[in-house]
Amino acid sequence: MAGQSMTSSAVPAGPQEEIFGFTKAQFVALLVMFAALVVAPFFLYPVFLMKLLCFAIFACAFNLLIGYVGLTSFGHAAYFGIGGYIAAHSAKVWGLTPELSIIIGALLAGVQGAIFGWLAIRRQGIYFAMITLALAQMIYFFCLQAPFTGGEDGIQAVPRGHLFGFISLAPDMTMYWFVAAVFVACFLLIHRIVHSPFGQVLKAIRENEPRTTSLGYRTDDYKLVAFILSATLAGVAGGTKSLVFGIATLTDVHWSMSGEVLLMTLVGGLGTVFGPMIGAAVIVAMQNYLAEMGAWVTVIQGVIFIACVLAFRRGIVGEIGNLLRVRL
Amino acid sequence: MDEIFGIPAPLLFGQLLLGLINGAFYAMLSLGLAVIFGLLNIINFSHGAQFMMGAFVAWMLLHYLGIGYWWALILSPLLVGLTGVILERTMICRLYKLDHLYGLLLTFGISLIIEGIFRNQYGSSGMPYRIPTQLSGAWDLGFMFMPVYRGWVVVFALFTCITTWLVIEKTRLGAYLRAATENAPLVQAFGVNVPRMITLTYGAGVALAALAGVLAAPIYSVNPQMGTNLIIVVFAVVVIGGMGSILGSVLTGFGLGIVEGLTKVFYPEASATVIFIIMVIVLLARPAGLFGRA
Amino acid sequence: MQLSRRNMLAGAAATGALPLSLARAQAANTVRIGVMTDMSGMYRDNTGPTSVAAARESAAEFGASHGFRVEVIEADHQNRPDVGVNLARQWYDQGVDLIMDVPTSSVGLAVSGVAREKNKSYICVGSATADLTGAQCSPNTIHWAYDTYMLARSTGGATVRAGGDTWFFITADYAFGHALERDTSNFVRSAGGRVVGQVRTPFPGTTDFSSFLVQAQASRAKIIGLANAGADTQNCVKQAAEFGLTRRGIKLASLLLFVNDVHGLGLQTAQGLVCTESFYWDMNDKTRAWTQRMLRRIPTNYPNMIHAGCYSGALHFLKTVAAMGVPAAKASGLDLVNRMKAQPSDDDLFGKATIRADGRRIIPSYLFEVKTPAESTKPWDYYKLLQTTPAEEAFRPIGEGGCALVRS
Repeated sequence: MAGQSMTSSAVPAGPQEEIFGFTKAQFVALLVMFAALVVAPFFLYPVFLMKLLCFAIFACAFNLLIGYVGLTSFGHAAYFGIGGYIAAHSAKVWGLTPELSIIIGALLAGVQGAIFGWLAIRRQGIYFAMITLALAQMIYFFCLQAPFTGGEDGIQAVPRGHLFGFISLAPDMTMYWFVAAVFVACFLLIHRIVHSPFGQVLKAIRENEPRTTSLGYRTDDYKLVAFILSATLAGVAGGTKSLVFGIATLTDVHWSMSGEVLLMTLVGGLGTVFGPMIGAAVIVAMQNYLAEMGAWVTVIQGVIFIACVLAFRRGIVGEIGNLLRVRL
Repeated sequence: MDEIFGIPAPLLFGQLLLGLINGAFYAMLSLGLAVIFGLLNIINFSHGAQFMMGAFVAWMLLHYLGIGYWWALILSPLLVGLTGVILERTMICRLYKLDHLYGLLLTFGISLIIEGIFRNQYGSSGMPYRIPTQLSGAWDLGFMFMPVYRGWVVVFALFTCITTWLVIEKTRLGAYLRAATENAPLVQAFGVNVPRMITLTYGAGVALAALAGVLAAPIYSVNPQMGTNLIIVVFAVVVIGGMGSILGSVLTGFGLGIVEGLTKVFYPEASATVIFIIMVIVLLARPAGLFGRA
Repeated sequence: MQLSRRNMLAGAAATGALPLSLARAQAANTVRIGVMTDMSGMYRDNTGPTSVAAARESAAEFGASHGFRVEVIEADHQNRPDVGVNLARQWYDQGVDLIMDVPTSSVGLAVSGVAREKNKSYICVGSATADLTGAQCSPNTIHWAYDTYMLARSTGGATVRAGGDTWFFITADYAFGHALERDTSNFVRSAGGRVVGQVRTPFPGTTDFSSFLVQAQASRAKIIGLANAGADTQNCVKQAAEFGLTRRGIKLASLLLFVNDVHGLGLQTAQGLVCTESFYWDMNDKTRAWTQRMLRRIPTNYPNMIHAGCYSGALHFLKTVAAMGVPAAKASGLDLVNRMKAQPSDDDLFGKATIRADGRRIIPSYLFEVKTPAESTKPWDYYKLLQTTPAEEAFRPIGEGGCALVRS
């Protein structure tokens, strides 16, 4: 069963000076990312960018689990979707402000993550993937039938509302800055988690779980906390997305969404800092540009999956990092 | 009329029987998964797509070449099994040294491609496929009408499962297989061509899925997404049974079919979720599955 | 689907994240119709490429003699509301004047919201939900060819009048199925029939309906109502034939079935099935002639009521644009839709038909029975007419839908 670990092999780097926990190369990349975030809405369609950022959050949250702990969840759509439904319900029916709606959605996704994570971490590897998939499928049936989700119609016409009660998010540009801020917050939070002592233990679990156990760490507790964090952040992504589009529907909880976020992370680079974001950009852009091509979209996605698994296991960012001999 | 738990007894017997038929499909599919997993350490996500291919190839044989059900029962698994062999040789064989999650990802990608191609080619409304004349009609069992074809499905599935089990447990080839599962390099050292055995095993597992597909073609709608929903349930079946034993996966398949059938009588709304709920309970009580080794 | 470079370029221009000005420059004297449909999912044959072909046929017949160009573009919403909303926003921002078809209720409703926000026009053909002209109605939306209420009324009421007075429902356990079951039950009862039972089947994920069919048979109902769609309906019909229900005089009534589904099932299996559509290709000389023209575009798929609706909707839209003048039509989707409502639509397929204030277009509905293989004499000769519900009675009365536009 032993084999090469799921992550891109990090390039051995000597002692490097770090800026806020980022290596020099990462810091440069971070600045480029900030610049892109500021400039992009003036050239590209803001709604498209917001969708991209929401999926970037989702993929980063997912990467926290697969890239840093080595746990492959095949059911992350459940947390993404529940976050979306709850946020949409809070904003539409209870009339809460957008930030509160997203927080409530994220918290419920976290609670759900706690329960499912507790069940799933009893098994490892492939079983873990299958269990998370089956549990997510239960959530799908729940969302299909629960009265508040509106069944197959979904929750429609969700208002974007007023941030903190007074900044209207209805204009696309205002909403964009809000979503960008949420993304940056999540991105930095994940970076902070990964570089904390807690994050170091997670990486130790990924590399060699029995050894970490023998060092006295209760690995199951660590895995569970990581699972909950990842689920919560996936809930943030889902909630933000439902406010951007004003809808929350079954597609967000369908298992193909779980496959998609896995694809994004894989394309970008497992266990890289910027990979999930790039992967999300590639896949979302593909869905948009190739909408004309109908069923070929799934075929192309399949081809990309296979290409990544067979030839580019490091992903786009991982390969670039490898070429430049830096860790990104 | 006698009643059991408020349900007329004839209806209940009928449902038990129907559950058994569904179980036959679960058993055949989880058997294929278990065989592949046993030797290749890969969860074959494209199993559902290959099940669908089996049904479609049967339809294509009839539609383009006029070849009927009985030949399709042999030809379709062979053809689909052959595509499996090609897949294994060209792609899957590159992954054995890696974490086996990559196998899951690869086969997931393969299933996306297969389903996408079939959807492009044949649309999604489904294709007509009729029950062969020799098996049409129904028996009057007293408590219900039992279509002959359904009886055939159960008998044939049982036959297939038992044959597979016998081959693996009782023959020389099966002994090699089991040995290779434990320690491939050692078996190779004894002069057994292990890579070829692995290839053929994958082909055989895929052929089993295709066979189930041919069996399903006359009774289920033959459409590109027919395997997708089924495969997730079969995953749950596999988790419940544990993939340690061939017999275990077969028994679990039939058993869960019956449980599901009963749910359809007592609380139909839950019949799709009941298997997942059982999975949760089994995980709490026996994390390794009913027949699994921890 | 054909893939050509031209197609791909058109798609990129239409859907991509291009600077807005680029697409706008060429749009001044061009009227653009965007057909958003399902090219890759379950509804591909019922909508999909044939819907696009119908809109193109409409544009071709309308011709270029009106002083403006007509361009029909297409995209696949992949049955995903977020993709649909994104596409709709970009299309409207980039000079698409009308979006049409849009199957799948969740996407159909979502696009309605975008059309209203952007003040553009929207003709929904492919979605079934009656909410489009009810609680969630919009002044920018017209619902063209059918809805759940009309299906329930025709299949429920008319079947009882034709003698099928005891019903058992097999209902897909979600909002769409519940709505169909509820509405149909009401019509069955008010027509003097009785509902003797129902069973809710999980959706999706149910492939084996035999135990539900056995329960239905045990209830001794004359009619089994299938309140489901797509593959569920197909599996039900297939398995009902297998268990010999139809041979023993039990009739199946499908509450949402298209002629393409019948083709998929084959007559041997589907014979005797009862269903409702608002259009059938073999109704009269005009529909047959139109179908022949359509078959030149898509030879393998005969048109159903959605495809006919796409043709008829696009034609009415183009006539209205010609009457208003392009600048006025482009200025306000609301004005355009109001003009479309003010004039009855008139074409070969549906004849004259009025459009109500709530956006509901009023047309007759037809209860069909699927022919036996012996009765069928030519390709796609599938339906015989049982009952016609006149236009005025076919749809939900305007006051009962709860549409806010009606009160004002």
